[in-house]
Amino acid sequence: MDSLNIFVKSIFIDNMIFAYFLGMCSYLAVSKTVKTAVGLGAAVIFVLGITVPVNYLLENYVLKEGALTWLDPEYANIDLSFLSFILFIAVIASMVQLVEMVVEKFSPALYGALGIFLPLIAVNCAILGGSLFMQERQYSTIGEATWFGLGSGVGWLLAIVAIAAIREKIRYSNIPAPLRGLGITFIITGLMGIAFMSFMGIQL
Amino acid sequence: MSTETAEIQLKKPKEGLFSKKNRKLITDPLDDSNPVTVQVLGICAALAITVQVEQAVVMSMSVLFVLMGGNFIISLLRNVIPNRIRIIVQLVVVAALVIIVNEVLKAYLPDVSTKLSVFVGLIITNCIIMGRLEAFALGNKPWPSVLDGFGNSMGYAWILIIVSVFREFFGSGTLYGFKILEPLGLYEIGYMNNNMMILPPMALITVGIIIWVQRARNTKLIEAN
Repeated sequence: MDSLNIFVKSIFIDNMIFAYFLGMCSYLAVSKTVKTAVGLGAAVIFVLGITVPVNYLLENYVLKEGALTWLDPEYANIDLSFLSFILFIAVIASMVQLVEMVVEKFSPALYGALGIFLPLIAVNCAILGGSLFMQERQYSTIGEATWFGLGSGVGWLLAIVAIAAIREKIRYSNIPAPLRGLGITFIITGLMGIAFMSFMGIQL
Repeated sequence: MSTETAEIQLKKPKEGLFSKKNRKLITDPLDDSNPVTVQVLGICAALAITVQVEQAVVMSMSVLFVLMGGNFIISLLRNVIPNRIRIIVQLVVVAALVIIVNEVLKAYLPDVSTKLSVFVGLIITNCIIMGRLEAFALGNKPWPSVLDGFGNSMGYAWILIIVSVFREFFGSGTLYGFKILEPLGLYEIGYMNNNMMILPPMALITVGIIIWVQRARNTKLIEAN
């Protein structure tokens, strides 16, 4: 599999929202206006693009069975993969903190745009999900892992911006009262998911 | 839902711990403040694993364990956790509990564990857990926190189980792995499974319909627009 294939596949076919429902909580909560949706989506791309490769290195040089042989050949049968959850989440939480500080120092404008969303992202399922899928699918190089992270982020941005645009307009529609707000958002997401299923089977 | 309330009433005379206020902690999340349909928490993993009832039950039990345990531990620690690093502390406690769940599932239910794949790990970032730790356990004593954890996981569980019953029954014609429609001979007279139900979008639509039914019954939950 080459990088472009992985990138396109993770945007359309394995879309984080429509195929795996990851990051649904913030997807539903922050999709009331397009502007905030774009901000959160950009932050997700940013953080996924950083944490997936970092966790890839961690997975391949520390956690996997036999990954510690670069330290000493004696460690060949040590399997630390049971620690992966706690290490991945620690990496994500600290990366988010680090990114927040770096962005604040060097790009106040970007910080102003992403600022409030960055802390939220540490507990966004899409981020941890990205790392766990990377672990499960066993990408062969760090480049592929990075493209997978970026692609998943772009797919997430696409989904949240689309639903935000629809929700902005749907205010003018006459929806049955009990379905307003959350209910109709779920059903529209389902319909969008059906539309995205038409990408299934595309090979590049 | 009804079995739950029956269980609570059974326990009540035995222990004085279930005062009216404490019972409300359990019954509220079942309907009025349901974590999935009202607070919109924990949707992430909830929908992906509702293809079969068995997965939904295992997932609910895992969340039950993690949420009760996490609520209890955080509530014990609530006065010693510095405010600035509370998110990290919560994540570490939850991650440790999830590792236990994952190892137990791998050892005793290996096939369910493979089917759930990454979604066991994603309990860590399940918003229900963080949401309840943040909103309840940090400000309340251990016992009410445990009850709150129990109530919320049950509120989560019944939604999951209803969705999975619909999806498994119409999608594969089975319930909890037992073949229901095949012995009835429906397939011979031309009935076919609705494969759409197994695919992700139908989970969203099913939850949408559950929300619709719930809000039609309980009109005070209706949103402004």
